[in-house]
Order: sequence, then structure tokens, then C-alpha cells
Amino acid sequence: MSDTANPEVKQSFQLKSANISLTALELYYFDEHEFEANLRDKISQAPGFFKDIPLVISLDKYEGIDSEIDFFKIIGTCRRHNIQVIGVRAANENQRRLAKGASLALMPGGSVRERPTTPEAAAEKAEPVTETPAVTLAPEPAATKIVTQTVRSGQQIHAPEGDLIILAPVQAGAEVLAAGNIHVYGALRGRALAGIHGAESARIFCQSLEAELVSVAGHYKIPEDLQNNGWKSAVQIQLKDDVLVVSPLEKG
Amino acid sequence: MARIIVVTSGKGGVGKTTTSASISTGLAKRGHKTVVIDFDVGLRNLDLIMNCERRVVYDFVNVIQGEATLNQALIKDKRVDTLYILPASQTREKEALTKEGVEKVINELSETFDYIICDSPAGIEHGALMALYYADEAVVVTNPEVSSVRDSDRILGIMQSKSRRAEMGQDPLKEHLLLTRYNPDRVERGEMLSVQDVEEILAIPLLGVIPESQIVLNASNQGLPVILEEDSDAGQAYDDAVARLLGEEREHRFMTAQKKGFFSRMFKGG
Repeated sequence: MSDTANPEVKQSFQLKSANISLTALELYYFDEHEFEANLRDKISQAPGFFKDIPLVISLDKYEGIDSEIDFFKIIGTCRRHNIQVIGVRAANENQRRLAKGASLALMPGGSVRERPTTPEAAAEKAEPVTETPAVTLAPEPAATKIVTQTVRSGQQIHAPEGDLIILAPVQAGAEVLAAGNIHVYGALRGRALAGIHGAESARIFCQSLEAELVSVAGHYKIPEDLQNNGWKSAVQIQLKDDVLVVSPLEKG
Repeated sequence: MARIIVVTSGKGGVGKTTTSASISTGLAKRGHKTVVIDFDVGLRNLDLIMNCERRVVYDFVNVIQGEATLNQALIKDKRVDTLYILPASQTREKEALTKEGVEKVINELSETFDYIICDSPAGIEHGALMALYYADEAVVVTNPEVSSVRDSDRILGIMQSKSRRAEMGQDPLKEHLLLTRYNPDRVERGEMLSVQDVEEILAIPLLGVIPESQIVLNASNQGLPVILEEDSDAGQAYDDAVARLLGEEREHRFMTAQKKGFFSRMFKGG
């Protein structure tokens, strides 16, 4: 579609925004030998989990002297254990300079959102760790947009970051778009585009499928393709192996 | 304070002006002081249907631009003495209707009238936006066919976002669905959408169903609001709609094709 829409020279790449969940190592102080011992200990709890993971060093809670931080040693130690240090969340200018010196990316600062299980709680659990014992740099819970009024012809509702929930019909000639999932608690008669930034796991849910177009991450279907399957009934639409699949919503 | 009601549809030719004429006449007949404003600058028709086209001296745009006073422009209806008509200009541009100008006229009318009926032009352009901007309520005139329903849906969406009430964050306009040119025989044959279909799609309360009738056309040509054809089904249907607008409970009629049912309903409903 983009080829016909854009007859100009095809580019070798495209820039897209992406939200990637990373593991952060929150450093309190740095001692080369202790660091390696602690790291080895953590990895032994869940060897599979740590293999080849990208890691961010977070210095928000660093209590030692900045000059003691040796990023080259940290990188080297981690690499010996198959962990790739990719960046640093620095708390001050000194740390940023050190990180740059080690060619590490500077991650935007701000509050680190801790998972409900704190590192302490996770460490206390004796069970095999499938969760990361370190703090995860989870993206902020994406903003969900909730609409209670009928979406009328000519109106466009956009949830650029998260899910879109509509507690009313979406009329023919209306358009609803979301970075995440789209839920329509009513008839979907207009156009619905989920995963507009490329999220292939996004889904569309509606109580009656009468749509002019449904799309997940750029894969779309029009009524001609939809009418034989789930038309005018409650369905969900998702992407499976690059094909849009319409399946009935089971009544529970 | 006057109740300001816009009669609108999006689509043209569905019966906005016919409806404006009948609703304003019906309200006035019940003793409410009513004015009906024609917002269709350049394509004015209301004065024809109200049979006052030969009495137009000054118009809405003259008043907005200060070339005439409201009292000079208002035309008193000859049949119902609490009814006034503010005609549109036939020679001006639609842009002559400024927000400030319309507001000034509506505020002035609000002081003396009980009801202000705004007869909207078709489309979703400036004139239609001005007609709905100051309204408290909307009568959405729809024919039982897909394109008309779609356009009504569009205009409902515009009222949700572009009316003064929407811009000021006040309660939304009160919406009423008026289904016109309804032909139960054709609905039964599947050639027209049914009342239920339209109600289900638009999801707004039904004010009335006006049956398709030759009387409507004849009345328009004679310059007679069809509500004054009191023996006709269309006239009675408009009378029901006005009664419902005033809060009266009336059973919907003229919705089925069976002649027998039609008469029994007529005598029962009065």
C-alpha cells in the first residue's frame, strides 16, 4: 500500500517508535569482586533468564563515590556472564560523563517504576525466579482512553499511546484508532485501527461486527472479506501469522 | 428564557423547512409565542412555505448588519397570531451570518419569545453550524434511507463537538428524531428502513413519524404549513410531534401498513 501511496524512492529503513521493556541493575556501590560475586549468585537463580539480556545500569540509588564507578569493569564482568550493558541512567553530570566515556547510551532519567515485587521481596522468595530480581524499567502504563458517547459519522477518536474503550456504538463513517487494543461495547459500524504503531499483539473486540474496515498493525480487512465470518455478531479480531483472524467471543 | 430548537438533518430535501414551518405553527397554535428563523441564506424557502414571501422587506442579515431593527424584519403570521417569521436573505453570502451577529439576534428574541425555531440549511457548512450553534435542542429530520441516516449521524456528531453547549462544557443538546416521508408499505416490502432500524442506528429518542403523503407537497405549494391540514395523517402526525415536544405522552401512529389498524388508532389517539 505504501508503495503505491508513495511513488518516490523506496528508503532503506523506516524509523518507528518502540516501547521496549528492559532490565535495570540498580547499583548501590561498586566493588569489582563483590559485583562479580553478587552477579554470579543472581544468575545462578535463573540462568536462562539472564542469558543475552540487555541491561541498563541505574545510578538513581548509588551511594558510593562517583569516581569508584568503573564502567569498563562492569561491562567486562557482565559480558563474561553473557549480559549486554547497553546504557546508563545517570543521576548527575559526573556519572553521565563517565557513561559517555564508556560509549554507553544515556537513558532518560525520572522515576523508576518498580514492579509490585520489590527486589527484596523477590530475593526472599525461595522459588525459582522467573521474575527479574532487578528493577524492571517498565514503560508507564499506557494511557487508556474511555469514550462513553456514540462515535458519530465523521468523528475520529484517537488513543495514541494505549487502549481505546468505547461504551457505545461506532457509527458508519466514524474512525477509531489506538496504539493498543480497541474495545467497542456496541456495534462497530465504522473503521477501527488497532496497533497503529505496529503492535502486532493488538486486538479489536466488538459486540457486533458491521465495520467498514478493521486493521491490526497495518493488516486490514474490508466488509467483503468479513461478511462470511462473524458478521453482525460479537467477535474479536487478532493477527495470527500475518493474517487477520476473526473469532467469536465466547459467552461465559 | 426561550427554548431554542434547531431543525436540522445534514442531508437536503428531507423536510427540514416543512418541519420548521409545522412545528413553529403548532407551538404558536397552542399559545406559545414562537419565532422561526430561516438560516438558509441564499436559498430561502421558509417564507414560501409560510406564504409570506411577498411581505419580506428586511431579513436576518439586515438585522445582523444593523440595517434594520428586529421589529422591522419580523413578519407576523396571518393565520396564527403568536407566530413570527424571520426570513433569510436571498442575495447575501452565508458568511454574513457571524457568530456575534446571530448571538445578538437570538438574545434579543429570547427576551420576548417562548420558542425560537432555527431552520437549518442542508450540509455541514457555515450556515448549518450557525443554525445549531446556540440551540438547546435539536429536531433531527431523517428519511428512512441509508444516506439520510448517515448524514443525520454526522450532524449529531457535529452538535456534540461544535455547538455552544459543547464548547462551554454544558449539558449536550437534547436530541429528537423525526422520521419523515415514512411509507409503511415500502418498509414492509423492504424498500425502506423501518422506524426500528433508524432508531437503532441513530440511538436518539423518537419524536415522531410523518407518513409520506401527497398532502405535504400540496400544502407546501399552497404556502400552508401541513400541520394546519388537520384532517390529514401528516398534519396529525406533526401535531403529535409538537405535543411530545411539549412533554405530552402520545402513542406513535401511522407506522403500520394495515388500513384497519390505521383507522382504529386514529380514533383512539385523537
